[in-house]
Amino acid sequence: MGPFSLQKWQASLSNFPMLLEGLGVTLIVAATGLALAMIIGVVFGVLSSSHWKVARFFARVYVEFFQNTPLLIQVFLLYNALPLIAPKAVIPVTVVGVMGVGFYHGAYIAEVVRAGIQSIHQGQIEAALSQGFSYIQAMRHVIIPQALRVVLPPLTNQAVVLIKNTSILAVIAGGDLMYRGDSYAGSVGNYGPTYVVVGLLYFALCYPLAVLTKKLEDRSEVHGNA
Amino acid sequence: MLDWMGSDVITMLKDPVIYEALGRGLQLTLIIALVTIVLSFIFGTLLGIARFSKIPVLSQAATAYIEFVRNIPLLLILLFCYFVGGLQSRDAAIVGLTVFTSSLLAEVVRGGLNSIGTGQWEAARSQGFNYVQILRYVVLPQAVVKMIPPIVSQFVTVIKDSSFAMTIGAFELMYEGVILTGQYWKATQVITIYILIALIYFVINFTLSLLSRKLQGKLSLGRGTIGQ
Repeated sequence: MGPFSLQKWQASLSNFPMLLEGLGVTLIVAATGLALAMIIGVVFGVLSSSHWKVARFFARVYVEFFQNTPLLIQVFLLYNALPLIAPKAVIPVTVVGVMGVGFYHGAYIAEVVRAGIQSIHQGQIEAALSQGFSYIQAMRHVIIPQALRVVLPPLTNQAVVLIKNTSILAVIAGGDLMYRGDSYAGSVGNYGPTYVVVGLLYFALCYPLAVLTKKLEDRSEVHGNA
Repeated sequence: MLDWMGSDVITMLKDPVIYEALGRGLQLTLIIALVTIVLSFIFGTLLGIARFSKIPVLSQAATAYIEFVRNIPLLLILLFCYFVGGLQSRDAAIVGLTVFTSSLLAEVVRGGLNSIGTGQWEAARSQGFNYVQILRYVVLPQAVVKMIPPIVSQFVTVIKDSSFAMTIGAFELMYEGVILTGQYWKATQVITIYILIALIYFVINFTLSLLSRKLQGKLSLGRGTIGQ
């Protein structure tokens, strides 16, 4: 029986509901991971563009460490260190996953935020204020629209990479899409069709965001803000 | 309860076996990463040119490949190469990483090609160059220079990503570390091993990142960035 025989396709598809459950876990972990990454990214992005030297250094160390070591080792460290930090708490692996992708992509988003802040000339806020804009109006109508044009394309791109990286949960038995697919495939020796279906599900999640990234990139090019 | 300076960690750090294991692992990590980046550069250039060419079917096929591979997890590709492709661990790691990385480098190449102004194409054509000659002698040499910094930073990504190869049993740095935790299983020992591994990755990748940034500054790419 070949790896892609009809029976294997049928068996694989009968397992589809379990894959959907995994997809739900992937979605939840990706959404909360992205939220955490955004918070970390904004905090460290602002810190690294501040005038305070210590803050800039601290932000740099964070960004460089998380960008220059594999996500896998970060997750393994968290997985082993968390029980030492909080010996009494029972920490679900999905939380380790959320923290893993959150910390990792937070470092990338911090650089995106920094680029966004630096793309705006200091004089603009002063110019807006001198024209009678209130601070909030200046932010709302002058600063933020420009910053978003710089920040949004790499941010949606980070979301795509983050979704793909939640598959790291499979390594620590996190019950996500990759884990469900892989453990089913392994238990019955049905790899081919299962991996194809899992791949298509990831693709369905990521591709629309990739298209959105492309659109946002094109728009920011048109406005000459590359 | 946790005795960091105590005998557990010290005994382990005095054991030459751990350095031998990590050294061995690092060697395979670097081999996998180097072979991957060279192969990915070749396939990435071909794919990038194919997509850039706008030749029907060829261009669409390249686009479909790039878009599909970029939007699925690397882990899945590795597992596929190993379990469905039936390759050995190391080879499956190289093939899987190459499949993934060449789709990213293809976009770097395409960005590089796009960055060369149409004026150059017209000028070369007016001098009697054909399409392939223009690519070969005018556009690619200039584009390759612009591609160097993103390729170096992609190399960092490949070194990091090669750690996924442990899931298919390749004895690279990460997996050697995990095996060591079987012998040195106490929490402080496990964490020390992982910190050591993280430091090794960090020293290599941080150096490469600095190099990439320096090159980027030197070449001053002008507008826009290519690839990620």
